[in-house]
Amino acid sequence: MEKKAAKIRKKDLTFLQKIYIPEIMKGLALTFRNMIRPKFTFEYPEEKFIPSGSYRGRPVLVEEKNGEERCVACGLCSRVCPALAIDVQAAETEREKERYPEKFEIDMLRCIFCGFCEEVCPEEAIVMSKDYELAFSSREEAIYGKDKLLVPVDQLQDRIDFLRQYK
Amino acid sequence: MPTIIIDEQEVEFQPGETIIQAARHHGIEIPHFCWHPELSVPGNCRICLVEVDKMPKLVIACSTIASEGMVVHTKSEKTIDAQNAVMEFILINHPLDCPICDEAGECKLQDYAYNYSVGESRFIEEKNRKQKHVELGPRVMFDGERCISCSRCIRFCDEIAKKPELTFVQRGDRVTITTYPGQPMVNPYSMNTIDICPVGALTNIDFRFKARVWDMSSTKSICTGCSRGCNIDIWVRNNEILRLTPRYNEQVNSYWMCDDGRLNTFKYVNADDRVDSPQIRGEGQLRKVEWEEAFDETVSRIKSFSKDEIAFVGSAHATCEDNYIFAKFARSVIGCGNIDFVQHIDPEFGDDILRVNDVAPNAMGAKLTGVSPSKSGLDIDGIKKAIREGKVKALYILEDDIITEDPQFENIITKLDLLVVHSTNHNKTTALADIIFPASAYAEKNGTFVNINKIVQRIRPAITTVDTDRALDGMEMSRLDKFGTEFDRWATGVKVDAKASWKILVSLSGLFDHKMKFNMAEEVFADMAKNIDAFKGLNYDDVGDSGVKLNYQFIEQKVKA
Ligand code: SF4
Ligand code: SF4
Ligand code: SF4
Ligand code: SF4
Repeated sequence: MEKKAAKIRKKDLTFLQKIYIPEIMKGLALTFRNMIRPKFTFEYPEEKFIPSGSYRGRPVLVEEKNGEERCVACGLCSRVCPALAIDVQAAETEREKERYPEKFEIDMLRCIFCGFCEEVCPEEAIVMSKDYELAFSSREEAIYGKDKLLVPVDQLQDRIDFLRQYK
Repeated sequence: MPTIIIDEQEVEFQPGETIIQAARHHGIEIPHFCWHPELSVPGNCRICLVEVDKMPKLVIACSTIASEGMVVHTKSEKTIDAQNAVMEFILINHPLDCPICDEAGECKLQDYAYNYSVGESRFIEEKNRKQKHVELGPRVMFDGERCISCSRCIRFCDEIAKKPELTFVQRGDRVTITTYPGQPMVNPYSMNTIDICPVGALTNIDFRFKARVWDMSSTKSICTGCSRGCNIDIWVRNNEILRLTPRYNEQVNSYWMCDDGRLNTFKYVNADDRVDSPQIRGEGQLRKVEWEEAFDETVSRIKSFSKDEIAFVGSAHATCEDNYIFAKFARSVIGCGNIDFVQHIDPEFGDDILRVNDVAPNAMGAKLTGVSPSKSGLDIDGIKKAIREGKVKALYILEDDIITEDPQFENIITKLDLLVVHSTNHNKTTALADIIFPASAYAEKNGTFVNINKIVQRIRPAITTVDTDRALDGMEMSRLDKFGTEFDRWATGVKVDAKASWKILVSLSGLFDHKMKFNMAEEVFADMAKNIDAFKGLNYDDVGDSGVKLNYQFIEQKVKA
């Protein structure tokens, strides 16, 4: 194939532009300004990044002050989850709401952090936390049960406040 | 025939039919809560209001008799307004319980709220509180707040179960359902009220909170509780049966089934005592073996007897296909005419509604498919006697716990040199067996049963065994079945290593001179259709979802013979 000759684009550079020096000075000024600015990188993991309420970390279950979960095991989160990450088994309880999750498992290898479960939940029982530290060494370990999912409501207040702005 | 016009469509009707019936027979849906095709018409829910030309007010379609030339509008502005008003009224005191309500997903109120209501309420006061957790009987739970007072449950008990056990008490918005003091709802059909309750006011205590309906698959099948053969759906999640519900069949069970069939015919399928691999007894102990070893052992031991020393017991619990191959195996492969089966009669069980005393699903099918003695062969009493006298030394039993059914067998079976049993679960008979083959349960295979009224009906696999595959075998699949992988705990339910009895027998025949060649239950049925007059010309498609009545005359002769 014949190669087309590249078009040469002519630029009308002024004299100052041609000698580059002012541009170099501008660039250096930016560099120096940033050198003395406060850092915004972290020395992770010694230092931790604490995201704001709008952050979608791993989904967790809200634990009320009396140690009970809010979840009524309706299974809506499990139904809406596009990645089929959530497995809920309901059972009967004496509490007023009649049912609770006997088993609640989220497969963190399936979860895509979309937040649909949080959005659909009629009880504000599942919310996206600020926890982004997820590492496992086996498939089994990646399945989080109630032991890992239940988080006291105090620690989730930021997110709950954030969500209530949009209700 | 006279006609009426519904939504500009001309519709024929039988004189005496109501508007809702005429519409229904032509596929036009008029919403209804309290009306049920098999129950009387109370006309109390008002959701079926329709506009009829020349009538001053809207009329309820459930109790207005159609008359020649009537012009009915089910989608006019007035009708839609009325439907919306009725929905708003019913929802005034209805709790927002859907997240904790077992009915969600199959709830008429949910469906209608979506279809016939604009979804806005002007009600700002407190909703009524009523009792929420009331056991009306041992099997049915009642939630007063969810009840919309349609009276279907009351009418069912009065009219179908013929046991007037329920009634309304109180008035106005305090009205609620109750049983008579100290008399719980115990009629043997009580759980049908759960199915017909349009909302989640009545729920199944046995199934309560076990699964959401959208997570289960449902498979059309037949109840095995007695020889009525009520049509059912089998509901499965993660390869476990969670509930049975009746399926409409006009000529067999209408919309109903009995509580006993509903509760007591599926739990054994997922029980821990399933026979989960072939087993051979050596030095008094049963030992699990591979299929090949069990086949070889069975063949070599059967061959050590003369054909008069062997007897075969078929089963009224097995399918026609199983019994047909069993009889073929006895007669053509072994050449033995000592073949019969045990009847399961419970004189207490039957009633004049659905239940019949023959508590096995397929006695008629066993007879029809040749599980009866040849001219010189022994019948079941003859077999018993011959074992006692030491003339019959080997017994081959198909899917039947004959010792529990007939305790006389217990003592004589110990006289045998060889007892081969096909069984789904361990029981008194397998406890004495020398060789056990794990048989697929009715919910794990294709096949047919012939009911007391000579109607042949199909069962279909709802749960998988090691031998079957949900996708490849065309079984019903839930969303979870479709997308689950081997790594998902919710998709890796227990699979039993069992096979349909006819398949086991076909494999065995390959080790004799008379090899049978069948790969699918359908092929066995096709062979039956060729060789047995009653099934002449039939195939699985003909039998379909609602069964086919077999040639009556022929069966009578066959039974006598
Ligand atoms: S949607 Fe909420 S209440 Fe329902 S199961 Fe999920 S977490 Fe529980
Ligand atoms: S009866 Fe229907 S509408 Fe009422 S709470 Fe149950 S599912 Fe929801
Ligand atoms: S319990 Fe159900 S069937 Fe009975 S009246 Fe109430 S809503 Fe109707
Ligand atoms: S009547 Fe017989 S076939 Fe029908 S549900 Fe009851 S036990 Fe099953």
